[in-house]
Amino acid sequence: MSTSIRRKAPSLSRRRFIVSSAAAGGGLAIGMQLPFGIETAAAQRPAAAPIEVNAWVVIKPDDTCVIRIARSEMGQGTLTGLAQLVTEELECDWNKVTTEFPTPGESLARKRVWGEFGTGGSRGIRISEDYVRRGGAVARVMLLQAAADQWNVPASELTVANGVITHTPTGRTTTYGKVAPAAAKLTPPDPKSITLKDPRQWKVAGKPMKRLDTAPKLNGSLVYAIDVKLPGMLCAAIKDCPVFGGKLVSFDNAKIAAMPGVKRAVKVNDTTVAVVADTWWHAKKALDALPIVWDEGENAKRTSADIDAHVKEGLTAANVYAMRNEGDTLAAIAAAPVKVEAVYSTPFLAHATMEPMNCTVKITPDRAEAWVATQNGEAALAALSEQSGLPLEKCEVYKHILGGGFGRRGGAQDYVRQAVQIGKQFPGVPIKMIWSREEDMTHDFYRPISQCRMAAGIDAAGNLVALQVRVSGQSINAFNNQAAAKDGRDDRQLQGYYEKPGDAQLGYTVPNLLVEYAMRNTHVPVGPWRGVNTNQNGLYLECFMDEAAKAARKDPLEFRRALMGKHPKHLAVLDAAAEKAGWGTPLPPGVHRGIAQFMGYGSYSAAVAEVSVGADGKVKVHRMVLALNCGHAVNPDQIAAQVEGSVAYGLSATFYGELTVDKGRIVENNFHTYPILRLAEMPKVETVIVPTFDFWGGVGEPTICVVAPAVLNAIHAATGKPMRKLPLQNPVAALNKA
Amino acid sequence: MAKLNINGKVRDVTVEADTPLLWVIREQIGLTGTKYGCGVAQCGACSVHLNGNVVRSCAIPVSAIKATDRIVTIEGLSPTSATPIQKAWLALDVPQCGYCQSGQIMAATALLAKNPNPSDQEIDDAMTNICRCGTYQRVRAAVHLAADSMPAAKRRKSAA
Repeated sequence: MSTSIRRKAPSLSRRRFIVSSAAAGGGLAIGMQLPFGIETAAAQRPAAAPIEVNAWVVIKPDDTCVIRIARSEMGQGTLTGLAQLVTEELECDWNKVTTEFPTPGESLARKRVWGEFGTGGSRGIRISEDYVRRGGAVARVMLLQAAADQWNVPASELTVANGVITHTPTGRTTTYGKVAPAAAKLTPPDPKSITLKDPRQWKVAGKPMKRLDTAPKLNGSLVYAIDVKLPGMLCAAIKDCPVFGGKLVSFDNAKIAAMPGVKRAVKVNDTTVAVVADTWWHAKKALDALPIVWDEGENAKRTSADIDAHVKEGLTAANVYAMRNEGDTLAAIAAAPVKVEAVYSTPFLAHATMEPMNCTVKITPDRAEAWVATQNGEAALAALSEQSGLPLEKCEVYKHILGGGFGRRGGAQDYVRQAVQIGKQFPGVPIKMIWSREEDMTHDFYRPISQCRMAAGIDAAGNLVALQVRVSGQSINAFNNQAAAKDGRDDRQLQGYYEKPGDAQLGYTVPNLLVEYAMRNTHVPVGPWRGVNTNQNGLYLECFMDEAAKAARKDPLEFRRALMGKHPKHLAVLDAAAEKAGWGTPLPPGVHRGIAQFMGYGSYSAAVAEVSVGADGKVKVHRMVLALNCGHAVNPDQIAAQVEGSVAYGLSATFYGELTVDKGRIVENNFHTYPILRLAEMPKVETVIVPTFDFWGGVGEPTICVVAPAVLNAIHAATGKPMRKLPLQNPVAALNKA
Repeated sequence: MAKLNINGKVRDVTVEADTPLLWVIREQIGLTGTKYGCGVAQCGACSVHLNGNVVRSCAIPVSAIKATDRIVTIEGLSPTSATPIQKAWLALDVPQCGYCQSGQIMAATALLAKNPNPSDQEIDDAMTNICRCGTYQRVRAAVHLAADSMPAAKRRKSAA
């Protein structure tokens, strides 16, 4: 994306900001404020004008501190965590902190002063922590200097706490609100010249502060993108060809022309049609009634059976990509006195965010605007510019808090592209496009399908001496980032098995190790799904470790520990989970434990599940203990919330999640056929955070991957039968069938 | 034309008889706290109260609503979020993305109105709304917290 735009912007900057947080109802006006001239209202009350001290910090005369958050908020708590980090260095009053989202257009106009907007890969905090803390620290230095100048004393004689500045020798005090206008005129110090606080001394960061965005989520006042209302707005319902790769041939506008509220059906692109009407319900009814002719193409022959066979073939294919090849694995397995082998599989999954995809646009010949839930505001801006044909500086994106992201609302921005194509056909008219749940579930970028064949050799002493991991399945990079998937070499599909430390390193040392990937792509669109490939790879490895431990006649925990001497951080987290769960201590009759550990997103995770299996095969997960080392724990309560959510996300995939393909299209299209875990099935979750303060790891994703294997291993312990296929089969039925 | 009593205010709306109550609330009345999640009464994001009972408004045609029926949406509970459920939700930071929480709060409020001291099993049975972020552990804790915050006499009555 170009960053070469020049524009006189800062003096107008507030026009473009979206107020997003704290005050109940504060977000309500967003769609309304901008066209109706918030600027004018602000200009009429210059005394109350907020002062931008620097890009990150705006201070109001009443000492309210507005902290700018470039990353998206989708429930993961990044908005609150980043505000805590800025507050920590700024030394303002946490009780007077609110937040706002700078707009991507404003950021480009200001040479990307807020850095990256992308919010994925559990990077929201760990990638921006340094510059946002420095942003807060720079503002603090400027505010203190302004007070020092006012009193004509050295800044070194000043202290500050909760936004109140004190001149220690005289006891004089002032506040950030009073000195902000003078501070804003000062030349900022070099951010790199400032020494940040030792995280062990944190007072606001590192503490379980309440979220800043909860209040408007309790009374219906938070305006999600789907709730946007603009004067004269029309609504659009949309239908993409049910078969991926198929085409739109024609549709018959005459058949719906007389339906209530309908404007007309429009071609969106080569595969998609939409109906525009006065309300979304009218648009949807007309779309359902619209005669549409599709050219479904060759892909209409594809079925899940074909796809499964295609993926299975990769398990034994020759000449595949070997990411790791240490020792002589195949020979070592052949020579081992005990051999173990197993094949696992996981299906396509949908993100199923609770807020379906939607986007509101207003396109005129010289301006394009979008109101949208996006994990990447800059990607949304780029899509808006590309599709509208207008240069970036004539485009703007207003970000809303997302009703769920999980990777669906990241780079692709397909729904923004569609909305712009509709909006262009109604120049000057705001168009709100909303996908039905059925559209959302059948036109996702799915978690890719894969299978894995594991083979191991165990020596006479019960040690794992050789391990072959062969993953076969669809590549995300091959679909959306082909440069990273050349010649079938795609390390990302082997996430979690890496040799290199720091990101997603395998936690075991095995003298003979072969880690291979057979790329087997399909016609189904794929993309990152919360936890991406750590979920499947963690399941494959950790379920197999239990099978290997059983063959070695070892306790699953001790079997793992013996391989982890060179990976002390992995081991410490595994031990923390085992200790908290009381591994090895007696359980109530019928309850069994399973354990798992894995690494992703720079963080170390482990889980212990306590599970019972009824005589009817019904699996009940009673309790799960999860341990996480994410380096620094910015908000322990929100980390716990993410871990609890990870358990629910992981258990939905364990018990229910499966999309199948028939006639080239996704069969399951709503929550009755793609069930999600509900409250009654939620186990008690205990979170153990063991930060080591020597790195910054992610939080939103890394713990999902240990959920399914811990549960499956507990079922294995309960029934004696390994579970190798998700979603979970009824273990008793599977046992009887075997 | 239909007459609807929503949050104590009677409103005339002009819609086709088969329009789901959800879309009347969102698009005609303009109250957007009630959410669309599935359209088939599966997820509960659209939950509102109809004469004190929690219902899924996406699957109720407006023609099924009588002028005497009392509809309450999330906006009708307490604009300052002062009900025991809303206060408990705030105290435990229940919401993550928040999109399903209007429905969760409506379901929990209806539960406590009928059963001021629900057991875990009763919470399991009553709270069937989908939350994709997985806030269930806190939803359960907040229902208990709200119940505990209510006058003891009311709770004893229910337990008896």
